[in-house]
Amino acid sequence: MISRLFNTRDTHFRFNGGIHLDDHKAESTGQPSAELSLSGQYTLPLRQHIGAPAQALVSVGDNVLKGQLIARPGAAPSAALHAPTSGRIVAIDARPVPHPSGLSDQCIVLEADGEDRATDYSPVGEDWPSRSREELLAALQDSGIVGLGGAVFPTATKLGSAREWEVTTLIINGAECEPWITCDQTLMQENAAEIVRGIGIALHLSGATECLVGIEDNKPAAISAMSKAAKASSYPITVVSVPTLYPTGGERQLIKVLTDKEVPAGKLPSNIGMLVMNVGTVYALERFISTGEPLITRMVTVTGDGVRAPQNFRARIGTPLADLIQAAGGYTASANRLTLGGPMMGYALPDDTLPLVKAGNCLLVTSPAVLPEKPAALPCIRCGACAQACPAGLLPQQLYWYSRARNHEALEKFAINSCIECGCCDYVCPSHIPLVHYFRFSKTDIRSAAEESRKADIARQRHDARQARLDRIAAEKAAKLAAKKAALAKKNAAAGDDKKDAIAQALERAKARKAELNKDDKQAGSSAETGGN
Amino acid sequence: MTAVLIITLLCVAFGVALGFAAVRFRVEGDPVVDQIDAVLPQTQCGQCGYPGCRPYAEAIANDEAEINQCPPGGMDGVRALADLLDREVIPINPENGVEKPKSVAVIDEQTCIGCTLCIQACPVDAILGSAKKMHTVIADECTGCELCLPPCPVDCIDMKPVGENIAQWRWPAPESEDEDAA
Ligand code: SF4
Ligand code: SF4
Ligand code: SF4
Repeated sequence: MISRLFNTRDTHFRFNGGIHLDDHKAESTGQPSAELSLSGQYTLPLRQHIGAPAQALVSVGDNVLKGQLIARPGAAPSAALHAPTSGRIVAIDARPVPHPSGLSDQCIVLEADGEDRATDYSPVGEDWPSRSREELLAALQDSGIVGLGGAVFPTATKLGSAREWEVTTLIINGAECEPWITCDQTLMQENAAEIVRGIGIALHLSGATECLVGIEDNKPAAISAMSKAAKASSYPITVVSVPTLYPTGGERQLIKVLTDKEVPAGKLPSNIGMLVMNVGTVYALERFISTGEPLITRMVTVTGDGVRAPQNFRARIGTPLADLIQAAGGYTASANRLTLGGPMMGYALPDDTLPLVKAGNCLLVTSPAVLPEKPAALPCIRCGACAQACPAGLLPQQLYWYSRARNHEALEKFAINSCIECGCCDYVCPSHIPLVHYFRFSKTDIRSAAEESRKADIARQRHDARQARLDRIAAEKAAKLAAKKAALAKKNAAAGDDKKDAIAQALERAKARKAELNKDDKQAGSSAETGGN
Repeated sequence: MTAVLIITLLCVAFGVALGFAAVRFRVEGDPVVDQIDAVLPQTQCGQCGYPGCRPYAEAIANDEAEINQCPPGGMDGVRALADLLDREVIPINPENGVEKPKSVAVIDEQTCIGCTLCIQACPVDAILGSAKKMHTVIADECTGCELCLPPCPVDCIDMKPVGENIAQWRWPAPESEDEDAA
């Protein structure tokens, strides 16, 4: 019925594996999103995206306006950073940032002046279809927009490469398959028209000729809002209702469900002519083109049984997480864990003093009842449940053995890099083995081993080069010495008797000089004695 | 007659020399030595008691050295060698030194007198500078071997640990279950 009225269809394609989870979407969608009020201070890490960190353009003490560029992109891929409000830069230093390592990273710290004065935006505006892709992409370089679905890959770079790959299909990821998270859903319900305009821009920039929007069927309101907006537009958009199954929102899984095509291992969607973007990203794209506002806010879900009033917020990047918790009614008595992201792919945060970053889609606060500690792991019983659940077609139990043995070769042979860290294997494992932790460990272990061996190779080359140079210099010296000796010998031989004469003469001269010197000495000695008296 | 004899003798002599060289070259291109050398960290510090990683690799291959003499390689290195050579894992020999966090040399450029002694000591040419000009270390190329410290007459070189950073961070290994893997 719906499909008749709007550009909507179902799909009967499936990916292998996956698991059914309680979606917990209702908790945070009881009311519309709210705009978060201004915070006193904003902390903006220079590295909030994949690639090189941004480079600060401001100094401590500078006054900045909302939307002002405060850090430009580093070597590509990289993304710019903008002031979320007007105020003064009070520090540029290393501070704790949201990251599984808990480490610090360079941040720009902005103290808000409360006036929220914006810089003069110069938007591309309504006539974007008449602008060339090059021009728009150049403008996008400084937009600060990155993939907001979690990958945080700089969008300008992604769209720029789309044409090299001759992308034909744009896929908009509105699946939002992870439990508890509802920021994309809320955005689709509240801003479908802007998202559809953003899709139009993305189609123009990527050169794709059709667009599929994938939304899980547990979000009927989002499906209908998007369908209506798509229908009202002139773009070739089809909204597809996909079955709710974790992790449909994985790039490869969504492509499979929407088109029945597989992205080969080690390849990217662009290799098969597809480009996947998150709904939040195209929304940010539309805002930037239409209003000139760079990426300084994002939709973020604050939810879980650990906050009193779960809700979605339009919050500025850099906002202290504590302010978000406050806006959601504060902690409940049983709150004991703070997670950035969802329960499956998120990671625990040490505290709420950290800032909201571009990748921050959800702040999940839970009690042990909802997210219990994992019981101690037991030995693997080789039940194979993990392999059945794995949406990437891997053999997690094999990877687990090799991870423990740190057998990098075997890990790579068993395609550990295809693991999307979705946590399905972990979830179904009857022995509670923290499989994803093993795989994350091994992936970074392999990466740092490669880095070490690259460095060792450089050191070996430099050492060998130095050794060769020293040997060459020694050889040259020896050769020179030998040549000199030879020359001398030759001269001596040629000189023959002359030499004897020369020696005799030299001896004579030396004797004469000595005699003279003695005479001088005596004179000098006597004069010294005279002087002494 | 004598001429023929001399030529013959020369031929024999060259033959022997060539044969010798062939044997020698085979030893030098020894894949075992290459494999061992590939595992060694290339810090080129000499703590193993050999003038560099490759000589140590040769010594191991010739059974003249144990596999636990390289502190920069650490226990990971010992394990890799044990794996490669099918030997038992043994702790690092404390006589060779202790495993330390990776550091790089930093020259205090205010104090440096430009004597070039450190440049001569650096096994990987990671120090830049010329006579009487201030010297500096290319941090990326420094292996942390510490060989430049003793020759410095004004003691202006310090080893600074390479701190952890987010880009290079790796997940800690999970605590393993009480059973043995692999
Ligand atoms: S699910 Fe767990 S116990 Fe079963 S095979 Fe996989 S790792 Fe082993
Ligand atoms: S975490 Fe990796 S191995 Fe486990 S199910 Fe997901 S993709 Fe497969
Ligand atoms: S101790 Fe130093 S020189 Fe010897 S193998 Fe190890 S890194 Fe190389």
